[in-house]
Amino acid sequence: MTDDDRVFKALADPTRRFLLDRLFARDGRTLTELESELEMTRFGVMKHLRVLEEANLVVARRRGREKLHFLNPVPIRLIHDRWIDKYTERQVSALADLKTELEGTA
Amino acid sequence: MTTMTETTTQVYKVFIRATPQAIWDAITKPEWSRRYGYRPMNEYELRPGGRYVARATPELQARGMTEEVVDGEVIEADPPHRLVQTWRFLWDEEIKAEGPTTVTYEIKEGDGGVCSLTVTHELENAPRTLEMITGVIEGAGGGWPYVLSDLKTLLETGDSLPGI
Repeated sequence: MTDDDRVFKALADPTRRFLLDRLFARDGRTLTELESELEMTRFGVMKHLRVLEEANLVVARRRGREKLHFLNPVPIRLIHDRWIDKYTERQVSALADLKTELEGTA
Repeated sequence: MTTMTETTTQVYKVFIRATPQAIWDAITKPEWSRRYGYRPMNEYELRPGGRYVARATPELQARGMTEEVVDGEVIEADPPHRLVQTWRFLWDEEIKAEGPTTVTYEIKEGDGGVCSLTVTHELENAPRTLEMITGVIEGAGGGWPYVLSDLKTLLETGDSLPGI
């Protein structure tokens, strides 16, 4: 299986997308926190997290005795850069534009 | 009831078919840093306490960007595996005042000539910096996901995305 296959497989499941949404809302959560938001056994949530980790969509970090889960959007960006951009005019974006915009609205 | 944990640390990870040294050089050497992402000129004094500065391309400067875009201090430099530094945006007083955040680069060798590069960005009390680096702001270039995707493309193909 290629890296892209693992990403698409991981995303092709509503529970796993829900977990990613929860991490997007607030990053760095423990298994216990994530489990509390799902009607699912701890073992079930662990299995889904493992698929997400294998796809590199979730990165787990130890902090003390806790294992924290972080959303990693880079694999989605890679697919975007390789495929989506081929079919859309690349949005040329710049920090300078942002600066102008923020200063204009400040 | 859930316990609150981290909300301000961001973790980004990418697998790159390249040597640890090539990845290290791409981060720390200006001739490489100017070839991907926002194309800054990265200047590092690679020792604890050493200065870091990223300078904007002439194109960005012509559009109103400050010459020095990011500065910081090297906390730990263990080439080619680990670099810890502070990180502060400089282009206006408000974002500058959010003060230094912390960036850790970790390069690990894996199987088959593929390394992982993990970037951990700790951003306590730096909401505007956080928005920028996550890439959620439309038109701000895509933050770390954009930079790391482009870095992978550059090191694996010798090519990169059109510059901004």
